[in-house]
Amino acid sequence: MKRVIHFLNQFFGQIGGEDHAGVGPQVREQPVGPGLALQAALGEKARVVATVICGDNYFAEQPEKATSEIIDLIRGFSPDLVFAGPAFNAGRYGPSCALVCKSVKEVLGVSAITGMYPENPGVELYKKDLVCIKTGPSAAGMRGAIASMTAIGLKLSEGEALTASETEQIIPRGVRKNFHSEKTGAARAIDMLLDKLAGRPYRTELAMPVFENVTPAQPIADLSKAKIALVTEGGIVPRGNPDRLESSRATKYLKYSIAGIDDLTAAEFQSVHGGYSNVYANEDPDRVLPVDALRECLKAGEIGGMAEYFFTTTGNGTTLDNSRRFGGEIARALKADNVDGVILTST
Amino acid sequence: MAIGANRIVPAVGIPHPLGSPEMSKPAEKSIRLKLVRKALRALITHIDKQTVFTD
Repeated sequence: MKRVIHFLNQFFGQIGGEDHAGVGPQVREQPVGPGLALQAALGEKARVVATVICGDNYFAEQPEKATSEIIDLIRGFSPDLVFAGPAFNAGRYGPSCALVCKSVKEVLGVSAITGMYPENPGVELYKKDLVCIKTGPSAAGMRGAIASMTAIGLKLSEGEALTASETEQIIPRGVRKNFHSEKTGAARAIDMLLDKLAGRPYRTELAMPVFENVTPAQPIADLSKAKIALVTEGGIVPRGNPDRLESSRATKYLKYSIAGIDDLTAAEFQSVHGGYSNVYANEDPDRVLPVDALRECLKAGEIGGMAEYFFTTTGNGTTLDNSRRFGGEIARALKADNVDGVILTST
Repeated sequence: MAIGANRIVPAVGIPHPLGSPEMSKPAEKSIRLKLVRKALRALITHIDKQTVFTD
């Protein structure tokens, strides 16, 4: 029977929510949370001998240290196969699952598999080094994700080739495999074109990458004359959240005045971001949106001016399309207001 | 880095990028000022590619 290790964050590892996101790596010598479904899917073929759990913030704030501690814990159990997550669209959990899988493979020489929503930042960062099942954005897709992770994970640990339908379930790694075709490339291209014109399904042999490289903006020539604006994805809003900014999967951004405000106070502002513990930001919102510090720079003459408002949204599971739209609209508005530079704070 | 930001200043921590709740208020404020000034310096620095401003 194969020995399996399962890696989870503090939430799925049933330690707690955001208030426990700082906990360091720890072990439970049994399946936990989604591990129960994993064990059921593995059946008699393998046993989840231990679950390794690490807090999202602990990992994200020191990924190298966390990974090496986690690898040391995993090594002690001499596993045949490691499962991580699935992480769905969780922005810290995804990269941590990816990094654990990558290191398990590289350092321990053991097969590892995870699962994520294709827009999870962990995919972009590590997809080349990863076997990662495509999942939906939320834990509602747990059952299907566990089933395909199990089937494909067991094959990986046996070194067996994946079927075409199994390959379809994996996020492409950019690995190219040669094969013999009956038809030349020219004939296949014409077939594809005819299929496309006729509205029939066709499949490209060379998918175009979707990376976006933005050319860095020119530096500000004279800071002492420059107007600076503050923008945040940290969910800072007036207390009571009058315009109902979403705590995750934001569909809007908002603009609020800071005219006459030298210091954001807990009485007037708060955070509604659902992806981190808001305790510290609610005590002092300047910890996320540094109005007090930028005002000091203005008074000292270090900058020429300051926008008397800020733009805010929640960067938590927000879709790429929405983020792109928010960014474009905010940038146009700032430009129209003769803003020279922006400090965008991120949580 | 993954999302394509070009001028990046590493901050304190996820729930409080510009604060250190365990510090005294004046010490925390001075950390925040330092980070904001570092961001302003990043804005006046010429770069050709994604750059992390570590000090």
